[in-house]
Amino acid sequence: MLADTVARFVETEYEFEARRKRLNSATGYSDSLWQTLADIGLLALNVPADYGGIGGGPVETMIVAEQFGRGLVMEPFAIACVAAPRLIDQFGSEDQKQRWLPAIADGTARFALAAGEPQARFDLTDIQTIAQASAGGYELSGAKAVVLHGDSAHWLLVPAIVQSTAQGSGEPAMFVVEAGTVGVSCQGFPTIDNQRAAEIRLDKVKVAASQMIGVPGQGHLLLEWTVDQALAALSAESVGVMDKLTELTCEHLRTRSQFGQAIGNFQALSHRAADMRIAVEQARALALMAAAHCDNQDRIQRRRAVSAAKAMAGRSGKYVGQQATHLHGGMGMTDEMACGHYFKRLTAIDMTLGNTEHHVALYGEFL
Amino acid sequence: MNLHATPEETAFRQEVRQFVETNLPDDIRAKVLGFLRVEREDYVRWQRILAARGWGAPGWSAAFGGCGWNPVQRNIFDEECFSLGAPRQMPFGLSMIAPVLMKFGTPEQQQHFLPRIISMDDWWCQGYSEPGAGSDLAALKTRAELQGDHYVVNGQKTWTSFAHWANWIFVLVRTAWDCKAQAGISLILVPMDSPGITVRPIRTLDGGHDVNEIFFDQVKVPAANLLGAENSGWAAAKFLLGHERTNIAGLGMCKRLLRRLKELSHTQTKGGRPLLEDIRWRDKVAQIEIEVLSHEWALARLISLEQAGQGLGTEPSMLKVRGSEIQGMLGELLMECAGPYALPYLHDALEYGYEGPTAAGTELNPLAGLYLDLRKVAIYGGTNEIQRTLIGRSIVGL
Repeated sequence: MLADTVARFVETEYEFEARRKRLNSATGYSDSLWQTLADIGLLALNVPADYGGIGGGPVETMIVAEQFGRGLVMEPFAIACVAAPRLIDQFGSEDQKQRWLPAIADGTARFALAAGEPQARFDLTDIQTIAQASAGGYELSGAKAVVLHGDSAHWLLVPAIVQSTAQGSGEPAMFVVEAGTVGVSCQGFPTIDNQRAAEIRLDKVKVAASQMIGVPGQGHLLLEWTVDQALAALSAESVGVMDKLTELTCEHLRTRSQFGQAIGNFQALSHRAADMRIAVEQARALALMAAAHCDNQDRIQRRRAVSAAKAMAGRSGKYVGQQATHLHGGMGMTDEMACGHYFKRLTAIDMTLGNTEHHVALYGEFL
Repeated sequence: MNLHATPEETAFRQEVRQFVETNLPDDIRAKVLGFLRVEREDYVRWQRILAARGWGAPGWSAAFGGCGWNPVQRNIFDEECFSLGAPRQMPFGLSMIAPVLMKFGTPEQQQHFLPRIISMDDWWCQGYSEPGAGSDLAALKTRAELQGDHYVVNGQKTWTSFAHWANWIFVLVRTAWDCKAQAGISLILVPMDSPGITVRPIRTLDGGHDVNEIFFDQVKVPAANLLGAENSGWAAAKFLLGHERTNIAGLGMCKRLLRRLKELSHTQTKGGRPLLEDIRWRDKVAQIEIEVLSHEWALARLISLEQAGQGLGTEPSMLKVRGSEIQGMLGELLMECAGPYALPYLHDALEYGYEGPTAAGTELNPLAGLYLDLRKVAIYGGTNEIQRTLIGRSIVGL
């Protein structure tokens, strides 16, 4: 049912040429389609019913993410519709839930995660942004790197190290910063897959104490948990992308004729397609495992499942993307074919919140 | 094969290095080594600097205005130029149509076209592939029908590099139908400003534009522009393939990419230390450098075979396969070097002298696009599957 709803959305709004015309918009996606997603309830997926949502969880997220991947949907999802509401629901105060969860559900509070920093590479524990305690709250200063959809977000999730004389000094905490707050400067850039990411500077940005989620000292745990929700969603999205790309490639092998026959008759090529399919299934299996464990209270179970899924998604995605391009021949190198766009999305997902190598290393910490 | 350079070869390498270091314009060097956009006039400028030195045609005999170098000298020259950041000399005129002109052309064609290739007064492009004729080139359909003293050409070519900068095109056309496909193909030379020619840019997945589609609609071409006899075009194409077997190895590009990878491995950091100090990363760089070394010595062996006048068997195919795979891996590693900063990709920042904002500087900006672009090497020049079929047939012998 849910899969059908999403598939219908993709079929209606994400026909390839229609999508192509919407590329390179100011936000990297369509405000009108964001509203459509709100209207059909998909933005409310991870908001509990008590707060105006539909109370879905990791499995529903996986289903939606995969369909979005198949259609190369550009509207923000992994943070805005998954990680942010789940973070607030799991760790937020009642006031915070009331303040943000209904607005996430109706699309008026779109969150981005400002986790990475310029010096950090993929290490999310490397935080130099500080939150200096001040009257009524904190002042945030620092730099955040490659914030996906950062330049169109209404709210930013900002991890920062708390500086104060009170308990919790030197510990990270998770803050919610409203876009446009004095001291926030944001420069957006197009990404390799036609989305957008921002470099964000915070210069003594004033936030109230009520804008900290959880308590100081919980920051690393909160951030890790939040990212894990997004990683599970990204892994599932990646499966959808590579699955559809494999279908497109098989279609090409069936219909492209050279030397008097369909090129899919050549064993080298049909075996390659078989290997692509195997790679997709491996990634799909671990996306399922990640959905099963991403809200596990046992941190080790959760981390292993999610990092394994993201690592496999990156590895399979790279293989499927490269081989699909190759099997399409010269045409695979063109912008006008869908193939290249799928390849670019797989490449971009692998660079988001840690690539394959990074997650293999994280997984290795739990061997 | 000489395992060590002779004193003459060492002196020659020094001479080339000295010349290129002194005469290669700084802006061109920066564009090439930074993987920024190289413009038409950059290629022309460098070609004319070389031509003024008498080095405009490294691969031609002296009789035709070339350097008359042996394969080892040519390889030294190519290596030094590539390594020092010179743009490649356009192969379509120099290495593709020129040898065919020398072998099959009339004296008039040779006298007219060859000097203009060296001076780059003419920029040639190659009209081979068609939408329905990629790996199966003999299936080409663009036709040329003789009407009195001229041919009328109708059809479509695709994947034509730099057609938008070219003023001449050499085209494989069909001139006979009731025969085996290969036996009905001719090679004809066509001015790009002929009425009826339309060039349509093809945007590639990195957002760039180097290749084009070309439409021929009732294009009239003088019969004197036929190169070689009618229906001998396939032989000319095969001669071309047999003539230019070592460039396809792409060693220069492998080394240029490797050098950049090592530079960035020093400047990019992980945990506050240079990336190269990370053992996982260091192993990757070591492994790819070992691959490049193997490729370099394999090419040197092939060149010494060529020098000795020995027939080249499957070595060129093997070098093509390996060279493309190494370039692909280097593209991956270069992109990975940038970590999350390979995600932002600003097309404007590929322009030399760009001073606007970037996410992390102009040196990381090109890398994702470069990774995507390098996927083409395994496809062009005969796909790696075609190359493996040739090798397999030859060595298995069935």
